[in-house]
Amino acid sequence: MPQTEQTASPQRVLDHYATMCRIRAFERMVIRGDQEGLVKGAAHVSIGQEGVASGVCGNLRVSDQIASNHRGHGHTIAKGADPEAMMRELFGREGGICGGKGGSMHIADFDVGMLGANGIVGAGILIAVGAAKSKKMLATNDIVVCFFGDGAVNRGPFLEGLNWARVFDLPVLFVCEDNKYAATTRTDQLTGGPGPGARAESLGIPAHKADGNDVIGLDALVGGLVEEIRNGAGPMFVHAETYRHIGHTLADPATYRPEAEVAEAKTRDPIERSRVFLVDNGIAPGDLEKIANDAEAEMTAAFEAARDAPWPDLSAARSDVQDTGGPGLGGPQ
Amino acid sequence: MSKMTYSEAAKAALAEAMRTDPTVWAVGEDLGRGGVFGQYMGLEAEFGPERIVSAPISEAAIMGSAVGAALTGTRPIVELRFADFALCAVDEMVNQAAKARYMFGGQAKVPVVIRQPSGMWRSSAAQHSQMLEAWYAHIPGMVVLMPSTPADNYGLLKAAIGCDDPVVYMEHKDLWPLEGEVPEGHVVEIGKASIVREGSDATIVTWSAIRHVAAAAAERLSDDGISAEVIDLRSLWPWDRECVLTSAAKTGRLLVAHEAVRDGGFGAEVAATAAEEIAGLRVARLGAPRIPIPYAPPLEDTVRVTAEDIIGAVKRLAG
Repeated sequence: MPQTEQTASPQRVLDHYATMCRIRAFERMVIRGDQEGLVKGAAHVSIGQEGVASGVCGNLRVSDQIASNHRGHGHTIAKGADPEAMMRELFGREGGICGGKGGSMHIADFDVGMLGANGIVGAGILIAVGAAKSKKMLATNDIVVCFFGDGAVNRGPFLEGLNWARVFDLPVLFVCEDNKYAATTRTDQLTGGPGPGARAESLGIPAHKADGNDVIGLDALVGGLVEEIRNGAGPMFVHAETYRHIGHTLADPATYRPEAEVAEAKTRDPIERSRVFLVDNGIAPGDLEKIANDAEAEMTAAFEAARDAPWPDLSAARSDVQDTGGPGLGGPQ
Repeated sequence: MSKMTYSEAAKAALAEAMRTDPTVWAVGEDLGRGGVFGQYMGLEAEFGPERIVSAPISEAAIMGSAVGAALTGTRPIVELRFADFALCAVDEMVNQAAKARYMFGGQAKVPVVIRQPSGMWRSSAAQHSQMLEAWYAHIPGMVVLMPSTPADNYGLLKAAIGCDDPVVYMEHKDLWPLEGEVPEGHVVEIGKASIVREGSDATIVTWSAIRHVAAAAAERLSDDGISAEVIDLRSLWPWDRECVLTSAAKTGRLLVAHEAVRDGGFGAEVAATAAEEIAGLRVARLGAPRIPIPYAPPLEDTVRVTAEDIIGAVKRLAG
């Protein structure tokens, strides 16, 4: 048993278990919504990766902020967003969290510090360092976390953003959520050198490798790093290894992955691992079943409410754009 | 009222905004040393390196981090050094800054000013001379401002800093030393054109450095008995349709003249709009040929819109 498991509080692990069950139940409903034609655009689900979202966000305050990537449902739920408003957004219905103008790839909830998923790989890295600059200027001791995938480390913003965070000593935690595939190609086939952590270290940012499916270990690691960053230690980096149980998008059957690889990865499922830990630590299996069932019921209700909701009022299409505060806004069109 | 250069006027506007609002800050390469054109000279001494931030040569990070900062409660002014270099940050401008407010359903705004020194300047050739306003005016969510005088650089920069949408702010590099009166507390409203000279025979719509060329052309046209109205658009998006259409309807002849490549330029938008709205209007456009900006002065001069070009075009419209 790893040392962190010996010291982990069952109550804290229970909280992670509940969060991970809620993320998975939400995304199962996204899959159902896709099958029933209710999800209108591309959706990237994170089934199998819930440990990273929960293990990281479980250490944040509401006023801390996160920037996410295209696979952002888990981060958004773990940061505290309302799943029904999220589901309405994915279905393009009234009451969607972005008014029906963003969808899955632009899901955001600024009220809980979720600064947006992003359709551009690596773009969130720069948004996160900018938000960290605001935190510093506004003299808070909040921090900013950036989630990005293993594919993002080959984009320019990774270099520019990490260097920026270092030279300006910004309160940001970079979390590379490594599910081994950049879209549909194995990342290690297209990535030079020893990997994401070494790239961060080369820019002077302390990097830690973690098992992203071990929510207990990740929670302990991130908890320590968040406190250090809050206390002025500057940027930190976590390379969290995990695995995507299904394809890049819901339309991707992911046949490029060997069956044995997928089967092996599923034996390391983060939810099942925490369930076993909790049972071993005296939590009644029935209590855990209830948590899972409650999550299922919550997300079923979100699904049904979103499915039954009307389309947004068409006026939404022309709001939230170009308000310069003055007249002469460029005519009718 | 005081006399300032175009460069000093912008610096005064920025400094006043920074004194008034502690969330306003600026970021770009070499800003602590005054910026490449000296337009930030002395500001670091007053505001410190946390608010006059000297950035690494990382255009994407300069722009992208400004988007993140603007989304979270501060008001960055981004200096991209040359408009040409802004092209290293197009994702951050177009996919992020211009889209965030809309995509997120109005949850956040992006109050960022993106300064892009633009235009032909002393044999700077193809990567340091471009005028790309039409690109940005084409992007929903962007405001595009192009001051041509010290007073407008003061008033428009203040308006840009106060704007809650991303503003592409294009100062012409040839105008930095231009002197002019800047009235105390001068304000320019975004979306309002300036009538530089009134006239009755033809309307010349222009912006940025060509405003001065057009004004000189109008003076010479008046010697030939042709009364040209000159309108400096100043604000490319939103643009002052009412001002342009009123003038064009009055004169019946519209010439749009700009430094950027003529074909597909913003002049085409102005001309097409006016032609749609005003029956029988005669329209013409002037701009650069569709070639990269050359280096040698005589070659570079073949790309410029001159007063002679404008005079010729107006006479053809009037003829």
